[in-house]
Amino acid sequence: MATATGSGGMHVGRLLVQVGSILACIAFWQVASTLRLNLGIVTFRNVPPPTEVLQSLIVLLQSPKLLAHLGSSLGRVFAGYGVAALLGILLGFAIGRSRAASDVLLPPLELLRPIPAVAWIPLSILMFPSSELSMIFITFIGALFPIVLNTIHGVANVDRRLVASARSLGGSRAAILWEIVLPGAAPSIVTGLAIGMGTSWFCLVTAEMISGQFGIGYYTWESYTLQNYADIIVGMLVIGLFGMGSSWLLTTLGHVLMPWRSPMVAR
Amino acid sequence: MKAPRVNGHGVGLGRIAIEDASISLGHGDDASEAVAGLDISVAPGEFVCILGPSGCGKSTLLGALAGHVANSGGSLTVDGQAITGPSPDRGIVFQQHTLFPWKKVRENVCFGPKMRGIGKVVRRQLADELLALVGLSGFEEFYPSQLSGGMQQRVEIARVLINQPRVLLMDEPFSALDAQTRSMMHELLLDIWTERPTTLIFVTHDIEEALFLADRVIVMSRRPGRIVEDLRVPFSRPRPADIVTEIEFARLKRRLLLLLRPDQQSTTLHEYQSEHALAPN
Ligand SMILES: Nc1ncnc2c1ncn2[C@@H]1O[C@H](COP(=O)(O)OP(=O)(O)O)[C@@H](O)[C@H]1O
Ligand SMILES: [Mg+2]
Repeated sequence: MATATGSGGMHVGRLLVQVGSILACIAFWQVASTLRLNLGIVTFRNVPPPTEVLQSLIVLLQSPKLLAHLGSSLGRVFAGYGVAALLGILLGFAIGRSRAASDVLLPPLELLRPIPAVAWIPLSILMFPSSELSMIFITFIGALFPIVLNTIHGVANVDRRLVASARSLGGSRAAILWEIVLPGAAPSIVTGLAIGMGTSWFCLVTAEMISGQFGIGYYTWESYTLQNYADIIVGMLVIGLFGMGSSWLLTTLGHVLMPWRSPMVAR
Repeated sequence: MKAPRVNGHGVGLGRIAIEDASISLGHGDDASEAVAGLDISVAPGEFVCILGPSGCGKSTLLGALAGHVANSGGSLTVDGQAITGPSPDRGIVFQQHTLFPWKKVRENVCFGPKMRGIGKVVRRQLADELLALVGLSGFEEFYPSQLSGGMQQRVEIARVLINQPRVLLMDEPFSALDAQTRSMMHELLLDIWTERPTTLIFVTHDIEEALFLADRVIVMSRRPGRIVEDLRVPFSRPRPADIVTEIEFARLKRRLLLLLRPDQQSTTLHEYQSEHALAPN
């Protein structure tokens, strides 16, 4: 995690406090679960302690199951999110640049947008021949709207003065789209991609819990039905880890694609 | 008077003829004329400053010359050709730079040649020449946001000049700069204009700037903008920086100042001169 920079000593001091806070939470969890703490509305009776979770994690890391679960989850996200990114950016460009495209494409999108992607699960199971395809569809739907809307926003808000200048310098329509509108909208598009990645994972895990065969969401839910309670938490941790990894990936992508926006450059 | 300049295209290109031009802004019921019945003719290579109160339509006129705004009446031509849209032949520089933030300085300057399909090696060489001309050698790999305001405007000028325009349009290009940088930019602009001659239309609200730079100063009235004065600046070139302290300079400055005073907008120069018994120069 990034922290505010201070003078050396203060920095180390704050770091100690932050690490200490995490350790304290884990210690509380350990104590609460071993004591089977019951707080009335919430109980730790069935919560496995961190030590047990760690053991289960090590077991999972060594078993071939992990790769199978992660492989199918990643495959679904890759397919669903990938199509959403491609289609979302194309739709966003069309809607943001052309009034006709906006009139044709935007109304149905606006109608569908308020429906949470998770609500699509039953219908998509009915609509697609395999549960695999229906889960990919859910990740697609989850990512599509943030990507489309942020792309539209980015494209529509490209500085008109830059476009006018490019035209005065001899830029054709196609060149302006590529040289001005795309980079001008890039920050907004990357924001959409990042939000879409988050919702995409969320939708995938939910879909896997309901209709999966493999996948990390399925693993977590299966652990519950099989009463492998420590594995539930292992599943949760892996899901969190991959969420973090994918958002790191997008931040890095943003830095690589938009070097002019890095703090080294921007004053 | 100067002889017509020779520019990259041959002899004496860049003649501007604005005839009875009107420009409406807004649409439908909101439409109103920003400039009306304007007649200006500019010789090739001439340096013309346009002065006028804020909102009188100076930017609108420049936008029309650039081809970003269509005229609603009359005609605007460069070398006899009607202006129908933007063209690299008519470069424009604004008060706030419009450099592409995602392109480094050299790539910004390269933009025009790139659009013309000139190869990478050649266009980079061209860009570096232009950057040397505006005194920015060594900054090729910087992003625009890393430069000062004056440097950004210099890149802007280089980016326009690389297209060898017949006409250079500048809309209060140095207004956002501090006084010292601004006077440096004046010297630089005159040097560049001497080395790479073009017809130059320079909008400003700074009378001293206009008198120091221009061959001719045109004063516009309040909206809808009309011409209230067309003054030939008598000073020879190169002009020393201390020309602003000369008596003739002060006299012209006072004359323009009075024309720009809100309550004097209806008074013509002729009336003013007879009132004050000033001899026309
Ligand atoms: N897009 C527009 N629609 C309607 N009126 C405008 C528009 N842009 C500018 N105007 C008006 O037109 C007039 C001339 O503007 P402008 O050319 O920018 O003046 P100047 O550059 O001389 O200050 C102003 O009164 C301004 O308010
Ligand atoms: Mg203006």
